[in-house]
Amino acid sequence: MGDVLVFAEHRGGHFPKTTLIAVNAGLEMARKRGGHCIAVLSGEGAPAAAAEIAKYGPSKVIVLDHPKLAHYLADAAAQALADLVKKTGAETVLATATAVGKDLMPRLAARLGAPMASEIIAINDDGTMVRPMYAGNALATIELDGPVRVVTVRGTAFDAAKPADSAAPVETVAPELDAAALKMEFVGFNEIKSDRPQLTEARIVVSGGRGLKSGDNFKTVLEPLVDEMGAAMGASRAAVDAGFVPNDLQVGQTGKVVAPELYVAVGISGAIQHLAGMKDSKTIVAINKDEEAPIFGVADYGLVADLFKAVPEMVEEVKKLKH
Amino acid sequence: MKILVPVKRVPDPATTIRVMPDGSGIATDNVKWVINPFDEIAIEEALRIKEKQGSGEVVLISVGQTAWQEQLRTGLAMGADRAILIKADHPLDTLAIARAIAKVASDEKPELVIIGKQAIDDDSNQIGQMLAEMLGWPQATFASKVELAGEKCTVVREVDGGLETIAFPMPAVITTDLRLNEPRYASLPGIMKARKKPLNEIAVDSLGVELAPKLKIKTLNAPEKRQAGRKVASVEELVQVLHTEAKVI
Ligand SMILES: Cc1cc2nc3c(=O)[nH]c(=O)nc-3n(C[C@@H](O)[C@H](O)[C@H](O)COP(=O)(O)OP(=O)(O)OC[C@H]3O[C@@H](n4cnc5c(N)ncnc54)[C@H](O)[C@@H]3O)c2cc1C
Ligand SMILES: Cc1cc2nc3c(=O)[nH]c(=O)nc-3n(C[C@H](O)[C@H](O)[C@H](O)COP(=O)(O)OP(=O)(O)OC[C@H]3O[C@@H](n4cnc5c(N)ncnc54)[C@H](O)[C@@H]3O)c2cc1C
Repeated sequence: MGDVLVFAEHRGGHFPKTTLIAVNAGLEMARKRGGHCIAVLSGEGAPAAAAEIAKYGPSKVIVLDHPKLAHYLADAAAQALADLVKKTGAETVLATATAVGKDLMPRLAARLGAPMASEIIAINDDGTMVRPMYAGNALATIELDGPVRVVTVRGTAFDAAKPADSAAPVETVAPELDAAALKMEFVGFNEIKSDRPQLTEARIVVSGGRGLKSGDNFKTVLEPLVDEMGAAMGASRAAVDAGFVPNDLQVGQTGKVVAPELYVAVGISGAIQHLAGMKDSKTIVAINKDEEAPIFGVADYGLVADLFKAVPEMVEEVKKLKH
Repeated sequence: MKILVPVKRVPDPATTIRVMPDGSGIATDNVKWVINPFDEIAIEEALRIKEKQGSGEVVLISVGQTAWQEQLRTGLAMGADRAILIKADHPLDTLAIARAIAKVASDEKPELVIIGKQAIDDDSNQIGQMLAEMLGWPQATFASKVELAGEKCTVVREVDGGLETIAFPMPAVITTDLRLNEPRYASLPGIMKARKKPLNEIAVDSLGVELAPKLKIKTLNAPEKRQAGRKVASVEELVQVLHTEAKVI
């Protein structure tokens, strides 16, 4: 009873930190519901990733093996997971709220006729959960009724699972799919390659806003600071909309949620939609020429300055620290 | 081609949201209500498809109270052809809303449902995906580009680490992301015309779908407010405090 299926996302056998976060949240959920945590993988490279995930504490790892699952698509994945829920009698299906988690879990919930809680930040002992609403301006305590429920967790609210003493057994299951109902086709993935840390995994994030004024300035002014600090780069929606940087870097209510040890906001005003994505960072720094900018209301350290002068200076100061 | 666009009434994104002291909801006095911004993008995309094809129909649908007519009229003023208000006087969960919209979709038989990826108040990001499953249709979430060719639809999606392209036959559900388009404003003639466009009301109970909420909101709390820190005088001081005080570099 109370078993938890964790959808363990990976790409070609490699999994991001968000997958270990899902496993850890799954372990917590299973403990509180008196069940086991079972990690589920599918797609190319799944056996390799499964062998790795098995070392992080789940009771069992299941590889869903079907030609239609080679590349992730929501319709096939939802069918396969729903089939597995029926076979295992699991109570909760859980994933981190990544792009895949957000795409898949509601479809699965509808297939199961199960209620779904999005981006929970806490699991209470009484079975209720907490999730932010209104761009984080309200925290709702919610309850899901019924024999099966679906949950995504917010990556910043749970720690990553740690290696366990022994590895769990890995099992392969061939799900029954209604292939005629599968009409989605993967065409291509235009990956944005970067040598920098992932935005959602980095210890330090340096983000730029409209104040940077151009994509060139992101490169020549902000990136030297990002790299000197060994940080990931983020951006406001305004900077993304203006085409200064790729979509994937948007931090906020409708972009990525981050909570690094240090968040540096450069030329960002601090709209509620942006704050929703970074206000749980441990230390926040704001550099803005407008001393009234709302970002200073959440910043631990604020510097009122022209970024085009302050940022190059900061690169030099950080360099000095290292020598 | 017929396109169905769900529309939600939400507080203007610039509104400061306050939780009621008793935790029963948010204070709604002084709230300005608007169309969910992602739904405006959905309406715009539907109108562009219709304009490009030179024919078709854009139908708006809301599951809400009488006051939601206001947002439906705004959508009609942008250029949509007609609207359906499924009247529900009590709040429903995402499953129930999706079931109600799916029921109407199965009667209306649109080729596409274009829907916002997320409501900026409840922030669930669920209904489009649920709708696709209930109808047994393909889904393309977080769309930043939509291309139609005959029966086939190709969508570029904003995903982690880049842009993904998928293709599928219609009918299908597409959920909008911010970069899909920039929605138009309603013109004055548009507003005049909108008054005469059909807005039909249906009682939600008459649809014969299961409505009892399985997700229950017990209470709402205001999050702990982050305290503002202090201003530093120079870059040198900033880097020093980050090193010695915050110990993060
Ligand atoms: C007083 C009050 C009490 C509530 N109690 C509950 C409760 O007990 N349980 C619960 O689950 N929810 C409750 N809600 C919230 C609920 O009504 C949400 O609106 C609903 O769950 C949908 O979630 P969402 O808007 O975040 O969906 P999302 O999935 O984020 O919305 C995506 C898209 O779906 C469409 N959409 C969403 N809602 C509608 C709609 N009504 N009509 C047409 N299209 C729509 C829009 O196009 C939107 O862009 C309550 C709300 C209020 C005000
Ligand atoms: C539906 C919806 C969803 C949204 N989702 C998000 C989201 O997920 N993430 C997000 O970030 N936003 C989001 N927004 C947008 C948000 O409301 C703001 O518009 C946006 O965050 C503003 O970006 P910005 O701070 O870069 O630009 P601005 O608000 O224009 O601020 C620029 C700042 O730069 C400063 N500046 C200018 N020049 C200099 C200089 N030389 N030196 C120092 N400082 C300078 C200015 O003083 C100003 O404070 C959303 C909005 C809506 C409606």
